[in-house]
Amino acid sequence: MEKNVKFVQGNEACVEAALYAGLNFFAGYPITPSSEIAELLSGRLPASGGKFIQMEDEIASMCAIIGASLTGNKVMTATSGPGFSLMQEALGYAVMTEIPCVIVNVMRGGPSTGIPTHGSQGDVNQARWGTHGDHSILALTASNHQDIFEMTVTAFNMAETYRTPVILLFDEIVAHMRERLVIPEFGELPLVERLRTSVSEGIDYHPYLPREDGRLPMSDFGGVHRYNVTGLYHDMWGFPSTEPRVVHELIRHLVDKLENRVNRLAHYKEYFLEDAEYVLVSYGSAARSALHVVKERRLRGERLGLLELQTLWPFPKEVVHEKCAGAKAVIVVELNMGQVLQLVKMAVGDPERIFLANRIDGVFITPIDIMKILRLIQGKGV
Amino acid sequence: MERFRMVFSGSGGQGVVTAAIILAEAAVIIENLNAVQSQSYGAAARGGSTRSDVIIADSAIHYPKVIQPNFLVCLTQPAYNAYYPIIRPGGLLLTDQRFVNTEDKVDARQVELPMHSAVMEQIGKPIVFNICMLGVTISLTQVVQPESILKVLEERIPEGFLELNQKALNLGIEMGAAVKI
Amino acid sequence: MAVNKYLRQRFFPHLWCPGCGHGIVLNGMLRAVDKLGMSKNEIVMVSGIGCSARISGYVDFHTLHTIHGRALAFATGVKMSRPELNLVVPMGDGDALAIGGNHFIHAARRNIDITAIVMNNRIYGMTGGQYSPLSGQEVVATTAPFASIDPSFDVVELSKAAGATFIARTTTYHVKQIDDFIKQAILHEGFAVVEILTQCPTHFGRKNKQGSAVDMMKLYRDITTPIGSKAKQENPNLIERGIFVQEEKPEYSREYDKIIERATRG
Repeated sequence: MEKNVKFVQGNEACVEAALYAGLNFFAGYPITPSSEIAELLSGRLPASGGKFIQMEDEIASMCAIIGASLTGNKVMTATSGPGFSLMQEALGYAVMTEIPCVIVNVMRGGPSTGIPTHGSQGDVNQARWGTHGDHSILALTASNHQDIFEMTVTAFNMAETYRTPVILLFDEIVAHMRERLVIPEFGELPLVERLRTSVSEGIDYHPYLPREDGRLPMSDFGGVHRYNVTGLYHDMWGFPSTEPRVVHELIRHLVDKLENRVNRLAHYKEYFLEDAEYVLVSYGSAARSALHVVKERRLRGERLGLLELQTLWPFPKEVVHEKCAGAKAVIVVELNMGQVLQLVKMAVGDPERIFLANRIDGVFITPIDIMKILRLIQGKGV
Repeated sequence: MERFRMVFSGSGGQGVVTAAIILAEAAVIIENLNAVQSQSYGAAARGGSTRSDVIIADSAIHYPKVIQPNFLVCLTQPAYNAYYPIIRPGGLLLTDQRFVNTEDKVDARQVELPMHSAVMEQIGKPIVFNICMLGVTISLTQVVQPESILKVLEERIPEGFLELNQKALNLGIEMGAAVKI
Repeated sequence: MAVNKYLRQRFFPHLWCPGCGHGIVLNGMLRAVDKLGMSKNEIVMVSGIGCSARISGYVDFHTLHTIHGRALAFATGVKMSRPELNLVVPMGDGDALAIGGNHFIHAARRNIDITAIVMNNRIYGMTGGQYSPLSGQEVVATTAPFASIDPSFDVVELSKAAGATFIARTTTYHVKQIDDFIKQAILHEGFAVVEILTQCPTHFGRKNKQGSAVDMMKLYRDITTPIGSKAKQENPNLIERGIFVQEEKPEYSREYDKIIERATRG
């Protein structure tokens, strides 16, 4: 029996990856279908030198991880729709103050309490625009446990590299199902450690003065540099400012640091796209059904392909445009009313070619569901 | 190998989900096959109806649910009534005589066994009913080797309870072997 | 002045109104730190939103100016990851006990080593004088033009019930008590609450006809009394000042060491 092969739930794959990436502080509040992440970390973190705390709600959880990140920790919280709603204000604070953190949202059916025990992908737009004000955000997703592992590690790396919250949008289906996970050896996946300032004690440290490469070296709270952190627009010292130039430059910086790197941040997988007449675009659990259809129909000579998105925000529009350019029709497969569909329409720029294959009744979309829509598009009936 | 699509159903607390996980884990960890296990969730932790899907194959498994099982286990009457219509024609449907009265119209080979009473008579602990069922399952399907299940049990079960589980597994294997398929 | 070394003077002038009590609290806080002889690097000040919360910008500690009501939750994250740091959380009455009430009682319940300073001016000052959960009845505010019907919390009783292990109250009139109580609160290992009645002449005083800032402070002198005083027995309406609770109980961030020990033993 190989030691690094596990048969686990998606939530556990996320936990293994977070620990692999160096997670050492987690705060959370129980909510289906994410609770296994908190349960597992309550045991694993103290055993590996980290800390776990169950807070009084999701607002407090989000705030606590931001505080812990400032002292130099890699931090994470995990929740689902209702809790993710509660986290939005503090998430915006992390955006504004540029504090690295990872937020897992195991999506379930909404709005409101919705359908807690069934999967959905209804929070795609909430991840983008859930907190108020102009900003940019990173959101990643995955369709299987190996990818959950890789995307979770990537989320920590991106959080540190760009000093930003990163949202992992998983869903109930992948989070609760069990399948093989091979845990990589240390060193197999690159890990990004926090960039700390080289400015020594007694020299003026400017917490919000970017280096030439645009990165902002951090100084751990409790260390030798004392500085101010605020959710107000702030200058290079972290002090509140209403100076138009300061305000303008900060919002530009917050947006541009991600939006100018859309292609570099774009993670995706492609299957049989070279000669595909019909391109399915999907992500998360829905991509499993889409891939099932593509592989099955390929056996029968049908030219289907799949573009599986792993980076949802910033939306990789150039990638989508390019991959869908030659398709007769593009079918977006997702578990919502068409949240990514709208983005694909904008990216491809030819809305008559774009169709939606979805399910919004709490039932996981089946290959048959997708096939029926494909046949309709092809003019072949169902 | 053929692709095994299996559904285990019963009521919460019977250990159906645990049995499904053990089976799928044995396939993946010990036999290096691919397996996906999922379960339907409800708010009730005990007493509600429960269902777990397992797909075992030697190729990649993408769609993780089972629409038409070729092997179906129903350990309660409500589970039987709910799921017998989904079995693939010609598939195998396992029930326990104590809990389920079967119908003739089912287009499948139905195997009714007194698993619960055998466990009570020979072992005396209802807690290993699910492991006996698992023994019958692997005996009827040959989907994984008994040793693989044993290895997983050794990993998962406290030492003091291992023998109990081994007995239940063997009991199931014998009961399955006695069935003429 | 000895406390100047703790101020970020380039960020002055401050935004508080003339006569505001918050400067007196700031002064008392810095005197306390000075008396304790602590290094500025050992202190983390976390604040929320409001006039009171701006205090964090003016002091030369590690300062975290967060979102409304959640300062204690941020502070909990800092304290848990660096238990050796001293956490001081100044909050307004609305910040601490309306929007932040849940975090307040849970921080108290855990007995996490944080010094919570409730700067109680009985009003939302920054937003223009709306009533707060500490305004009490018959207070006129911009959202209570016919006077408030809302009963107020008693911060001391609430903190006691929630499990705080150090609880004190004083006013901006009693300046020596401010630095004494804050000093003891910081030294105390556990969740410490210091309530300081602080005047808001702009929004509370004017509308409620309490006169100038000086008049308001004189009122604090007249309506308060030391805990258990004879005056209190004669006039139960007097507000007691002093240290109400000071007890040793296991502190949360240190208790977590037990979890680590249990988790690593096997």
